[in-house]
Amino acid sequence: MARAVITMPAQAKRGEIIEIKTLAAHAMETGFRRTQTGELIPRDIIRRFTCAYNGVEVFRVDLHPAVAANPLIAFTTVATESGTLAFQWTGDNGYSVAETASIRVE
Amino acid sequence: MSLHIGVRPLALAYVACVFFDLAAAGIPQPERRSGYGLMSPETRAIQDDDTGNPGMLWVLDGEALWNRRAGAADRACSDCHGDARASMKGVAARYPAFDAARGRPVNLEQRINACRTGRQKAPPLPYESGDLLALTAYVGRQSRGLPIGIAIDERTRPFLEAGREIFFRRQGQLNLACAQCHDDNWGAKLAGSPITQAHPTGYPLYRLEWQSLGSLERRLRGCLTGIRAETYAYGAPELVDLELYLMWRARGMKMETPAVRP
Repeated sequence: MARAVITMPAQAKRGEIIEIKTLAAHAMETGFRRTQTGELIPRDIIRRFTCAYNGVEVFRVDLHPAVAANPLIAFTTVATESGTLAFQWTGDNGYSVAETASIRVE
Repeated sequence: MSLHIGVRPLALAYVACVFFDLAAAGIPQPERRSGYGLMSPETRAIQDDDTGNPGMLWVLDGEALWNRRAGAADRACSDCHGDARASMKGVAARYPAFDAARGRPVNLEQRINACRTGRQKAPPLPYESGDLLALTAYVGRQSRGLPIGIAIDERTRPFLEAGREIFFRRQGQLNLACAQCHDDNWGAKLAGSPITQAHPTGYPLYRLEWQSLGSLERRLRGCLTGIRAETYAYGAPELVDLELYLMWRARGMKMETPAVRP
């Protein structure tokens, strides 16, 4: 279930502040829990989330074991020009999800 | 003959009255409320916003599964049922429903698995597996906002009574019945959270404690463990009877699938 959902406006006025919401499906296993037989469950979390607006990084998050499962990351940016926003989640065990969304700025 | 036709509706009405009186021992109809009304504004906000409701991740997965072919028959759910938005509207609000083949009510999970084994010729999906939760969430989502309407007739009534009996039966090392918390003490705090009225309006739902979506049976088993009773296995007749009673008890209330709870 490697899936991520992006919610953001498809168009905006130049200079407008837009809100971007991202929801990624991930168990965010902390690495501190144990099984019933006492074995440590290895850590499996998303480590980093980035958003690039036409190739320029506008937002970045480092995630840690205390972050809940299926992290919702919401942030704002200024709509400067029409183009593409590229979202990238990377994490333990080779987890990597990329999504893009386009925006038209008038 | 005419006498019979005249008497029957009256007799049925009488039976219905007695039946509803028995149920009225619980929470009066106007005081019924969903767990939604008892949770914090922050948790409500997660449920209200589909773009932030993590349960929607399962709904989206369920939509993909609905259209994916599976099993030896190489058929998808959509090959028989078409667009779920139309064909599954209001279906989850009627479950558990009587299944003639089994001769007893089945819940939505069992109904989906009956389709999988019978029509798709595919192995049944395990309880609480991502795929089964996704499909039930997707089917349940099509009933959001619609009133729960359990069909109670001569065939289902014994099972409803059996479920009702479980709800009022003291069990476990704590010797508690469901009704003692959920009828008599709803709104009071248990481990920091308000005790709900046990109206299953939003299953499968995303529970923050679980950090995942889960079925009504998972919730019921959690409660049974909480009163230190022996749990019933997933799909056990006792659990389905209890589900039937709870859904009947919540009749007329609006579906919220996929709901969010603390």
